[in-house]
Formats: sequence, C-alpha cells, structure tokens
Amino acid sequence: MTATAPAQAPSPTTDAPKKNALEVRNLDFFYGKFQGLRGVNLNIEEHKVTAFIGPSGCGKSTLLRTLNRMYSLYPGQRAVGEINFYGQNILEPKQDLNLLRARIGMVFQKPTPFPMTIYDNIAFGIKLYENLSKDDMDERVEWALTKSALWNEVKDKLSQSGLSLSGGQQQRLCIARSVAVKPSVLLLDEPTSALDPISTGKVEELVHELKNEYTIAIVTHNMQQAARCSDYTAYMYLGELIEFGSTDQIFLKPNRQETEDYITGRFG
Amino acid sequence: MDFNQSLYRQRRWANTIGLTLSMGSMALGLTVLLWILFVLFSNGFAALDWNMFTHSTPAPGTEGGGLANAIVGSLLMVGFTVLVSTPIGIFSGVYLAEYGDQSKTAEVTRFVTDIMLSAPSIVLGLFVYAIAVATMGTFSGWAGTLALSLIAVPVVVRTTENMLRLVPGSLREAAFALGAPRWKVATLVTLRAAKSGVMTGLLLAVARISGETAPLLFTALNNQFFSTDMGRPMANLPVVIFQFAMSPYENWIRLAWGGALLITLAVLALNILARIFFREKVRA
Repeated sequence: MTATAPAQAPSPTTDAPKKNALEVRNLDFFYGKFQGLRGVNLNIEEHKVTAFIGPSGCGKSTLLRTLNRMYSLYPGQRAVGEINFYGQNILEPKQDLNLLRARIGMVFQKPTPFPMTIYDNIAFGIKLYENLSKDDMDERVEWALTKSALWNEVKDKLSQSGLSLSGGQQQRLCIARSVAVKPSVLLLDEPTSALDPISTGKVEELVHELKNEYTIAIVTHNMQQAARCSDYTAYMYLGELIEFGSTDQIFLKPNRQETEDYITGRFG
Repeated sequence: MDFNQSLYRQRRWANTIGLTLSMGSMALGLTVLLWILFVLFSNGFAALDWNMFTHSTPAPGTEGGGLANAIVGSLLMVGFTVLVSTPIGIFSGVYLAEYGDQSKTAEVTRFVTDIMLSAPSIVLGLFVYAIAVATMGTFSGWAGTLALSLIAVPVVVRTTENMLRLVPGSLREAAFALGAPRWKVATLVTLRAAKSGVMTGLLLAVARISGETAPLLFTALNNQFFSTDMGRPMANLPVVIFQFAMSPYENWIRLAWGGALLITLAVLALNILARIFFREKVRA
C-alpha cells in the first residue's frame, strides 16, 4: 500500500490563528493494571479532521474513548493526566459526564440505531437538553438528516423503525443522531469498517462536509481513508503516540522510521 | 485430492445417529405433551359447560355446581400478583443489569433471587402462613397473593436481568454518548430493546403461578362460596382441583378435570396470544 497525497488537505501552517478544541497532556490510561496509553500529548485543532492510525490494540480507540470519558462507564478503567476541552480539564472528577458527552459526540464502529422510529432516533438526543416545539423539532430532524445525506432516502418513512434501514443508512442515521444535538466535537471510531465502499464514500464526504462546523477526530484502519479525509494524522503504536503532524507530512515524509514502515505496509 | 471414502461414510453415520437421537427426543417430548392434553381433554371436556362458569363449587353430596368462585378467586389473586411483581421484578432486574452490575448489593440480590427461584413452593407457602396467616388469624386472598408474588418476583427479576444483558453494550454506549443520563438509557433504550424478552418473562411467571397449589393451600385455603373479599379465605382453581380430585363424589371429580383443562387452556391461550402480539410488534 503506498501513501497517496491528499487532494485538498490544507497545510497546517496557514495564517489563521490556530485554536485547539482539545489538548491532551501527559495522558496515561489504565485498564485495571494494564497500561493502555503512555504519556500521550497532542492537540486537536478546531474545525479540522484529526485521524488516528495504527495497528490493532495500539490504543487509538482507547484515546478516543478518553476524550468523551466513555471509559468512565466501566469501573477499573482510569485515565491520568490532563485533557483540556476549551481550557477545562475534563478528567477532573467534578466534570458532568452527561453534559460533556452532549458536547463531544461519538459514532461507533457498528451502527447502533435505537429500537424506535427513525424520527425518534434523531429526536432522542435533542430532547435530552432542549425543549423544542413540534415544528422546531421537525425542522431539526430534517436538518440533521440532510446534513448526514440521509434525508432523501428516509423522508417518506420517518415513522418506520430505525432497524429497518440498511447498514450504511443505519450508520448515517447514527451520525445524524450525533450531529442533531449540535456537539462541538465529533468522535468517529472506525465509522466505516462495517460499510460497503459506496456507503464509505458517502460517510467520508460527510466528514469533509461536517468539518466546517465541527471538530472531528476519527479512528481508522484504512490508511487511504486517513489520507483522504484528515488534516492531521497521529500514528500510534503500543499505547504511545509515535508521530503526529499534518497528514501531508505524515504520509509523504514521516520523521520516524516506524511511521514510514506502517504506512507503506511493511509493518502492521 | 484423495477422497477418503471411509471417513466420509463415518461422518454420514454420525450425522444419521445424531439426527435420529434429536428427532427421537423431540418425538418423546411431544408424545408426552399430547398424551397429557389428550387425557385432560377426554376427561375434562364433559365438565366444560356454562354451569362451570356460573355456579360455585357444590357442597358435598349435592348435584351439579361449577367453578365460578374458584375461577374468580384465581383471577383475582393472579391479577394482584402480576400488579405487585411486575414493577418490583422489572425495577430489580433493571437495577441488577444497568446499575448494580458488580456491586456487593447486586451480588447479594442475585444470590438471594437464585435461592428463591429454586425454593420449593411449599416452603414459601409455610413462610407466608407463619408471617401472615398465623398473625392475622385468618386465611386470606391477600396471603395467597403474597405467596404467589414470592414465587413470581424472582422469575421476573432474573429474566429481566438476563434479557437486558443480551442488549449489546454498544447500544448502551451509543445512548450514553449522546449525553443521556443512566435512567434514560435504561428506560428508553435498553428496556425498550429487551421489551419482548421481559414480557416473555412476565408470562412465564404468570404461567408458573397459575398452577401453583402448595403455597395457596397454606394461605388462601379455599372457600366454598363465591367471594371477592381478598381479606377472607378465597377459592382458587389449583386447591379446588386438589381437593375435588381426591374426593369420593363423582361430580367433584368431574369438576376437577374440568378445572385442570381450564387452567391448561388458559396458559396455552396466554402463550399463543403473547406470541401473536409480539410478532405484530416486531413487524411494526
């Protein structure tokens, strides 16, 4: 597999002042006694797509799951260090996790539509934090479904079960559901690994579309996907962040030999 | 490629034997079930008439009579038991699966529930006799309801918990990822996903308690007359069947068969209705 240059990823050294949505500082992560992340430091820039690549078990999903404190659901998992979300350390015990997750949305590897209608799937998250009138809610649902390129396919069957959709549609429904609550960051954990190439293409277009309004972090096993749709790429291995930089630089002239070995397919 | 004839024949043999064994066991089970139904029908069908639903149990030595008081008594006690054990059972199941998980409280609850599940029902009957009947000084429909609830609650708790555990963790995480608090995740997402399983658990519990005799013998006892007073002894099908089947009176024995058939048909109807109901739900 050879690295392909991303077509339109901008250079990270633009003139506009950079603003970080998330700043990870000296992050260690533990599954019980096992250490899953070691001293990770990186910035996730606002309105950019940051991709995490690396072999299975390297800790990229773990890192993603610390960013919305998903790990806190499981006793025995803990993170040490600092993750600043617009200046506030979200690892502090006083952090309200529900509010945090409403602001940092997440889409998972496998589509997970709720056992309810397509409309209710989208409305579920909105109702948690907003009190919208019927008309406003209809509008918001349409907006979210349009944003995720699903509106035309489902507009006539909003009252059908979300489970009746195809796999690719279900995944776009899940993205719509996350977008609908208007988070500021969207975490995508291998969002296309269960999808066919056409659905994958649609989701990637979507990622490109969404980054104008959202900050996106995406974990992927597909190197070309990282090259195609991200602005920054982080290569991880065995729980450590090996190299982090603009996607152009990582794929064209990585500084570290390990990174080059991985992206050229000599390893991984 | 070398085709090993003997290995192939051996595998075909194993397949035939396995298939025969499983078909045999299926046939055996089915035969016994049909046999039971046949005996029930041939003996009980004659007793199934309108009088059975309109007349109360006959006094010794009198002609005719029906099971009206026992039918109503059973319906009342089973009904109240469902009202009591549904919320307790489902809430406990939700606690065990969604909240407690590995906490000490949950472990103890699970352990106690398992013991209750396997406790002989006559022991539960005696227990209620000691704490309710003996202290209040009278057998009563409430005591019967209490005894039946003690049997039904553990069934509902365990099936609810098990069904919730079958809901994939990813669905739970997806709901949490939207910022939903735990109680909303449990009620709006996981419980809804496990709905048909939980309802099946409830029906299993109803089916189980509608035939229970031993606990009612010590609690609701029986009542020869028609009564809807839950504070007094109450007639019920299982105990009536038990007493009438052992009696020397011909019409009593006939009614016992009729009652047995009635319970069986009711449980059967409940199961079939539930299946139809949930099939519709799934399609919708």
